[in-house]
Amino acid sequence: MSGTPLKMRVRETVILRVVGKSVVPFILLFALYVQFHGDYGPGGGFQAGVIFAAGLILHGLIFGLDDLERAIPPIVIEVGIALGTLIYGGVGVVSMLMGGAFLDYGALNHHDPVHGQHLGIFLVEAGVGITVASVMLAIFYAFAGRSRD
Amino acid sequence: MTGDRVMGESIMGPTVEIVLFVFMIGLAFYIASLRSLFAAAMLFGIFSLLSAGALTMMDAVDVAFTEAAVGAGISTVLILGALGLTTSVETRPIHHRFTAKLVVTATGLMLAYGTLDMPAYGDPDAPINKHVAPHYLYDSETEIGIPNVVTSVLASYRGYDTYGETTVVLTAAVGAILLLGGGVARRRRETGSSE
Repeated sequence: MSGTPLKMRVRETVILRVVGKSVVPFILLFALYVQFHGDYGPGGGFQAGVIFAAGLILHGLIFGLDDLERAIPPIVIEVGIALGTLIYGGVGVVSMLMGGAFLDYGALNHHDPVHGQHLGIFLVEAGVGITVASVMLAIFYAFAGRSRD
Repeated sequence: MTGDRVMGESIMGPTVEIVLFVFMIGLAFYIASLRSLFAAAMLFGIFSLLSAGALTMMDAVDVAFTEAAVGAGISTVLILGALGLTTSVETRPIHHRFTAKLVVTATGLMLAYGTLDMPAYGDPDAPINKHVAPHYLYDSETEIGIPNVVTSVLASYRGYDTYGETTVVLTAAVGAILLLGGGVARRRRETGSSE
């Protein structure tokens, strides 16, 4: 419909393809930086997930949905949506099994509760990042896949 | 986060904040008057970027980061994706929007009136700065041991809330997949497999 001609034009533009191709890896790298540097600077799992998804969506806008689906199949995304939340909840259950309260990361390391906190926060942020990135991509797939019909 | 500048007390005073807010208010009125949905979507992105700037001026860098990434970045792309499914020009309403304007103006005035009771911007004696905030600021370094207090609060002290938020995001994706039929379901439909 009205979306198709625009996409065709975008795909034929050489400058967009070249610039997009060179920018996407840096966006993904920046997302990883935001993910793992969230303990020291601004950012964390949520922002990192959004930036990671934005980089992939940029790739999808330039090279088409089929190209992106070959790189990240929909099944990977649907697993990722659940996996992230499962990691988060799993950390909570493990900390319960190790004698603490739900999501009490201090219980993860009996010798040094602060190390337990570090581990817990790292895992929880990873879970948030995986879920958010997958969800954003899932929503994009849902919209972009429909406009093609 | 860090730095020797006191909250709300920048070198230029509140000038930058005022300029940002004037831009945001002007932009909001302009977006409301637009008929072109494509232009409105792009201007919403600019609006988000301006509010990210305002949040940065308030030293809330984590929130500003989220606003820039979500508001200006991904939601603009998703709105554009939604525009691909519909027309890009808003149809003229059949009746006048007098009631709508009245309700919006009244609500806005009530909200502005409500802010009069709130403590002054950056007031150290405000209730929000008296309750658990001092504990987070002074003890998170020894209890959690990571420099960014915001991460300590979000991931550890308020881990339940963040877990709930993650579940909300998961629910959003489930809703989108069920309503719009994305992902695996669509692929099966396309290939004609009946599994």
